[in-house]
Amino acid sequence: MHFKIFRFDPDKDDKPYMKDYQIELEPSDRMLLDALVRIKEQDETLSVRRSCREGVCGSDAVNINGRNGLACITKLADLKEPVELRPLPGLPVIRDLIVDMTQFFNQYHSIRPYLINEDPPPERERLQSPQERDELDGLYECVLCACCSTACPSFWWNPDKYVGPAGLLQAYRFIADSRDQATGERLDNLEDPYRLFRCHTIMNCTDVCPKNLNPALAIGKIRSLLAKRSI
Amino acid sequence: MSLAVRTFDAVVVGAGGAGLRAALQLAEAGLRVAVLSKVFPTRSHTVAAQGGVGAALGNMGEDSWLWHMYDTVKGSDWMGDQDAIEFMCREAPRVVYELEHYGMPFDRNDDGTIYQRPFGGHSMNFGERPVQRSCCAADRTGHAMLHTLYQRNVRARTQFFVEWMALDLIRDAQGEVLGVTALEMETGEVSILQARATLFATGGAGRIYASTTNAFINTGDGPGMAARAGSPLEDMEFWQFHPTGVAGAGVLITEGVRGEGGYLLNKNGERFMERYAPNLKDLASRDVVSRAMATEIKEGRGAGKDGDYLLLKLDHLGPEVIDKRLPGIREIAIKFANADPVKDPIPVVPTVHYMMGGIATNYLGEVVAPAGGNPNALVPRFYAAGECACASVHGANRLGTNSLTDLLVFGKAAGDALIRFLAANPGTKDLPKDAAERTLARLSRLESQKGGEAVPEVGREMRRIMQLHCGVFRFPDTLAEGVRRIREVADRATRTELRDKSRIFNTARVEALELDNLVEVARASMVSAAARQESRGAHDRSDFPERDDRNWLKHTLWYKEGDRLEYKPVNLKPLTAQTIEPKVRTY
Ligand SMILES: Cc1cc2nc3c(=O)[nH]c(=O)nc-3n(C[C@H](O)[C@H](O)[C@H](O)COP(=O)(O)OP(=O)(O)OC[C@H]3O[C@@H](n4cnc5c(N)ncnc54)[C@H](O)[C@@H]3O)c2cc1C
Ligand code: SF4
Ligand code: SF4
Ligand code: FES
Repeated sequence: MHFKIFRFDPDKDDKPYMKDYQIELEPSDRMLLDALVRIKEQDETLSVRRSCREGVCGSDAVNINGRNGLACITKLADLKEPVELRPLPGLPVIRDLIVDMTQFFNQYHSIRPYLINEDPPPERERLQSPQERDELDGLYECVLCACCSTACPSFWWNPDKYVGPAGLLQAYRFIADSRDQATGERLDNLEDPYRLFRCHTIMNCTDVCPKNLNPALAIGKIRSLLAKRSI
Repeated sequence: MSLAVRTFDAVVVGAGGAGLRAALQLAEAGLRVAVLSKVFPTRSHTVAAQGGVGAALGNMGEDSWLWHMYDTVKGSDWMGDQDAIEFMCREAPRVVYELEHYGMPFDRNDDGTIYQRPFGGHSMNFGERPVQRSCCAADRTGHAMLHTLYQRNVRARTQFFVEWMALDLIRDAQGEVLGVTALEMETGEVSILQARATLFATGGAGRIYASTTNAFINTGDGPGMAARAGSPLEDMEFWQFHPTGVAGAGVLITEGVRGEGGYLLNKNGERFMERYAPNLKDLASRDVVSRAMATEIKEGRGAGKDGDYLLLKLDHLGPEVIDKRLPGIREIAIKFANADPVKDPIPVVPTVHYMMGGIATNYLGEVVAPAGGNPNALVPRFYAAGECACASVHGANRLGTNSLTDLLVFGKAAGDALIRFLAANPGTKDLPKDAAERTLARLSRLESQKGGEAVPEVGREMRRIMQLHCGVFRFPDTLAEGVRRIREVADRATRTELRDKSRIFNTARVEALELDNLVEVARASMVSAAARQESRGAHDRSDFPERDDRNWLKHTLWYKEGDRLEYKPVNLKPLTAQTIEPKVRTY
């Protein structure tokens, strides 16, 4: 199978280049990550992040034929050749397919991603009805892969000011939690021309999420909470 | 060469469930803590845990920590230390409630309490019938838990060193542990992290086998570093084969599938577990189910054109239950097995899953080693928790859901023990002159080696040998041969050649350094297995088919130096409960 892979090692390369790889696959190689592991056996200088190989850790997000995705759950059979692999767009490249995720995580941290409830906890669990718990489905499953935020033009232009779809999805995860008491502060934190309102509902985020989550919908819900609050 | 030194109260190596739980304890106590991880914390392999965390909350009917304790002792085939098991089962409800208070999105019952599902080997009233003890968040419990713990650490302002790999443990002439050497992957810089106490939580090492449910990063770094620094590894012959890895891919299908009512079939459509475990059937202990499956395959009743897998049926649960309780499984089966479980059974095989052994600790998470006639003398300033440690609560076979319990209970306990130690022992010990010597020697060998083998080649050979010689069924001649061959591989690993010399995010160098740890774990496992002349839990020998309590009710301790083995007694005395006396184990 034929691959074209973005290569750049600041330790020895002046500028990035695309490198061709032609590899023989085994029948057991089903996913793109399997192919990357084979390529690395031939050329150990290719650097990629990977860990779980089952789509739950969020390590191996890359741009595959122009679309962000997790290599370990992208089927080789579905890919058009030559398969072009590039680092996630919009973030600084550290080396090859590895990007610097600092800005992405800064935005995640900025939404206070933890439950806020100042009441002294009970002896046992806090109670939550199954319906209240259902509100968290489609939110808590995010693997922080950054496929969405790095597909979002608004995030490309303002990664330091716009929270981005991943961070906003998590902001809503806590707003939606019946146990959380900080909805007001969370909304205050987002009521800003940049932090939330840079979203122009382009939907790239939802379109690209490898876990089939819907950040755009969550952003919409935050907007309507803000709208409701202002009347 | 002298390295930059940074000084802390405590260094925690590992940011999975165990490391994050320990770190939280330390950060909330106001200590200066450095938490190192090879990957961003939420990418640690705890994220992959599916089925649940075990605790006798009694939300679904009557339950008691004493029953949980009985099941764990029996599950361990009496190899678990009963003081540690009592401690874990008693503390379990408390740490699960804490996690809920931190925001864990557990599934709920109509009355608002945490939903619990049945799981293998967990029973009511000392083995009578299955109990619902596994607290879960759909089939993404580990993901929910790891993110919740990370989030709580963000709140506590824990200091993380992300994509830093610890390379070696630093010990002084008195054997005290004074920190680690570590590689910052992004820059390639190596430095010393000096600490008044060091806590290992580096997770599993399933990557010593060819077929495993474990992540690429599960390379046994903690046990490897401990072994190189002279600490013994305990009970390394006991490796859990999980009954249901996706055939060919290794990816796990949780036991929760059987907990929710799924079951295994052979090629004749027979529910064969009824023959092997008439009482708990598909919910018998994992060693029992994996052996039954291997027997079915060996005797020609496997499914598929090569007869090399079995079928996990769950379509009868209906799409509602599957989408509500097992959505991740459906996703995995469709992606990795081309089977949609609402219609088709999933092809599964026993797959390496969990390391019962590890760095020897007591029930407080303090690392121990024999010294001066005491088999459990403390190794000063050294703590370990989670899969890399051996407390020992899992003994010869771990029950499902008990690892996540272990992480929470012993992560917290180890943190607390460390805090008490630091309070009683102020001041920082000086580093020995040779603090970084072992690390620098390893690195400079890698830089200068010419004409050596490539790392992936040696790794592949190691995984092949482990798979062939140290599997579900073990034979005397293949074990002896396995010892010879794994020593050869360990030797080859000292002559690998690194072609990529870049400083920047050099993952080839990382993999070479990981191989050093993998081969220690592999060697410890093979040598310990070849020496244990009985069958117990996950260790099954054709030449010694019975458990032998008279001669072998004892823990193995493996030392790297000279591949030496020692043994120490199993602790049959709980803290407050009555001893659960060894008896024949049936399900
Ligand atoms: C697919 C799967 C499903 C499972 N399901 C369940 C379940 O339902 N219930 C249950 O109880 N158990 C389950 N288990 C077992 C359980 O998940 C693991 O045993 C447990 O999560 C291990 O946690 P840990 O904190 O010890 O290690 P991990 O979560 O593996 O974390 C290890 C950490 O150490 C770091 N690290 C390692 N080496 C170094 C180094 N040299 N330098 C710096 N950092 C390092 C890593 O980066 C990582 O942060 C499952 C296991 C698997 C594989
Ligand atoms: S919908 Fe909003 S967040 Fe999503 S890609 Fe578009 S602008 Fe970005
Ligand atoms: S919302 Fe989806 S794409 Fe975005 S970080 Fe989470 S899992 Fe990745
Ligand atoms: S390797 Fe974990 S998501 Fe792909």
